[in-house]
Amino acid sequence: MSMQVILAQALLGLNVGVFYAMLSLGLAVIFGLLNIINFAHGAMYMLGAFVALIGYSLLDDWFGISLQIGFWASLIVAPLFVGVLGIIIERTMLKRLYELDHIYGLLLTFGITLILQGLFSNYFNISGTPYSGQPESLSGVVNLGFMYFPTYRLFAIVFSIVVCFATWFVIEHTRLGSRLRAGVENSALTQAFGLNVPLMITLTFGFGCALAGLAGVLAAPIYSVSPLMGADLIIVVFAVVVIGGMGSIMGAILTGLALGLVEGITKVVYPPAANTVIFFLMVLVLLFRPAGLFGKER
Amino acid sequence: MVNRVLWIIMLVAGLTAPFFAYPVFVMDLLCFALFACAFNLLLGYVGLLSFGHAAFFGGAAYITGYVIKAWGFPPLLGIAAGALFAMVLGAVFGFLAIRRQGIYFAMITLALAQIIYFMILQLPFTGGENGLQGIPRGKLLGLVDLNQSLAMYYFVFAIFLVGFCIIYRTINSPFGEVLQAIHENESRALSLGYDVDRFKLQAFVISATLAGLAGATKAVVFQFAALTTAHWQTSGEVILMTLVGGLGTVFGPVIGAITVASLSHELSAFGSWVQVILGAIFVVCVLVFRRGIIGELHRLFGGR
Repeated sequence: MSMQVILAQALLGLNVGVFYAMLSLGLAVIFGLLNIINFAHGAMYMLGAFVALIGYSLLDDWFGISLQIGFWASLIVAPLFVGVLGIIIERTMLKRLYELDHIYGLLLTFGITLILQGLFSNYFNISGTPYSGQPESLSGVVNLGFMYFPTYRLFAIVFSIVVCFATWFVIEHTRLGSRLRAGVENSALTQAFGLNVPLMITLTFGFGCALAGLAGVLAAPIYSVSPLMGADLIIVVFAVVVIGGMGSIMGAILTGLALGLVEGITKVVYPPAANTVIFFLMVLVLLFRPAGLFGKER
Repeated sequence: MVNRVLWIIMLVAGLTAPFFAYPVFVMDLLCFALFACAFNLLLGYVGLLSFGHAAFFGGAAYITGYVIKAWGFPPLLGIAAGALFAMVLGAVFGFLAIRRQGIYFAMITLALAQIIYFMILQLPFTGGENGLQGIPRGKLLGLVDLNQSLAMYYFVFAIFLVGFCIIYRTINSPFGEVLQAIHENESRALSLGYDVDRFKLQAFVISATLAGLAGATKAVVFQFAALTTAHWQTSGEVILMTLVGGLGTVFGPVIGAITVASLSHELSAFGSWVQVILGAIFVVCVLVFRRGIIGELHRLFGGR
């Protein structure tokens, strides 16, 4: 097995890793403030991809609107749409559950996942619909010196990493972020200082969902768009979150990227384990560092 | 009071059901009911949300199917083998998952169950996506031919009753009292000197074993171990059954399993809309109906 094959798989793995990073980042941000695990995160990812798909090729057929939302516009429209849906869910449903055991939040979002998946399964093929809106400028391959790599995938990797680090920067190094962290640390006290914590919670939830939607748009040209695309992904992301621990934003990003790499390399080294290697790593982490690599005991 | 009435209803209905309903369907309900009761022991009485119970249910179904089909085990021994497998698996899952609390517990069990799902999908003996087919029902203790549907029915009903009584006994024992104390206030139970982790693990193993018993029985009833029984959606379904019937009530999961399974059965013609409807019931239950059917009955008539 040549070094080149492994490097190629590692890069493809990194491509998956950026999706893990974006999703686990969103989960971590939401968890920090709401103490809720959003099971619907995978469905939000799926929804983002579908907004791109429908916007590009089905608006005319379905709604008689002769408008085509291209890939670049989707990068804005889809996260907005998914984010607003998230805000509606938080305002109308989730906020009624904050006083209760946190598992109710998980159960509610699980129900929402079933609804969204079921709805899309009615209208779309489970095995997937290809998205053809990938822009001309990103087609073809680039020469990386040691190999040729699809331009679009390289773009997806770079773009996602930029988004992840921008999010990290905002949370860790800006005024807005410091207020958010204050809310995470002690929401009652933060509220006493005159900050509108419920609004922060709503917007944070919307933002987390929007990140998942954005990841969905980025995934659409790579994988075929299917109603179940988020379902299996979210379980892997849960394992990523358990491995990384949800204590730190940077931890979520780095764990996501690293595990994508590991999964990619496993695909060449021992293919049958490719879809379980992350779960096995989770077992190891639980045995030797139960709080997670970046986690704090809580 | 409510419980006494429900005991009588359950026994009478269980004994007479095959005469006015399709026996295989009722057997399916009984398997799901036992599965939900086993799950409820954890969530309802210890407060642990396992999102991976499909691994025990489905895993045991495959083991039972395999030992009966390939090694010629008699049905009772085959089912015992499945339950034993679930017990060992439960010990491993439980040992790992109780290292983290609350919401992490749910995520860990879900991820662990996914390992089992992929193993079933990939291992050579399981038939992959087609499932393990053609499991013979065989003869019970070498005497009773289980291909007769009434014989099979009462065999399944007996298994259900045994499992149900084990759970009932567990809940109403000093051990069960400690579990509920842990549910109410874990640090208090710890400070009173109870080895909380050990109690949690024991409850987890009992729950997993009985979930396995239910799955193993289902495999014999349908002569088929299906991949879907090990899928996370099955873990979700059993949560829904417990929630609809009433968390932490003895009979809730039975009623919930009958309700949800009948509903899925009735609606099966509508394809993916079943998922939408189940999801909507989930949302409604979590938002406004957290006590569940039996929980509401207890609220109206008292008792638990």
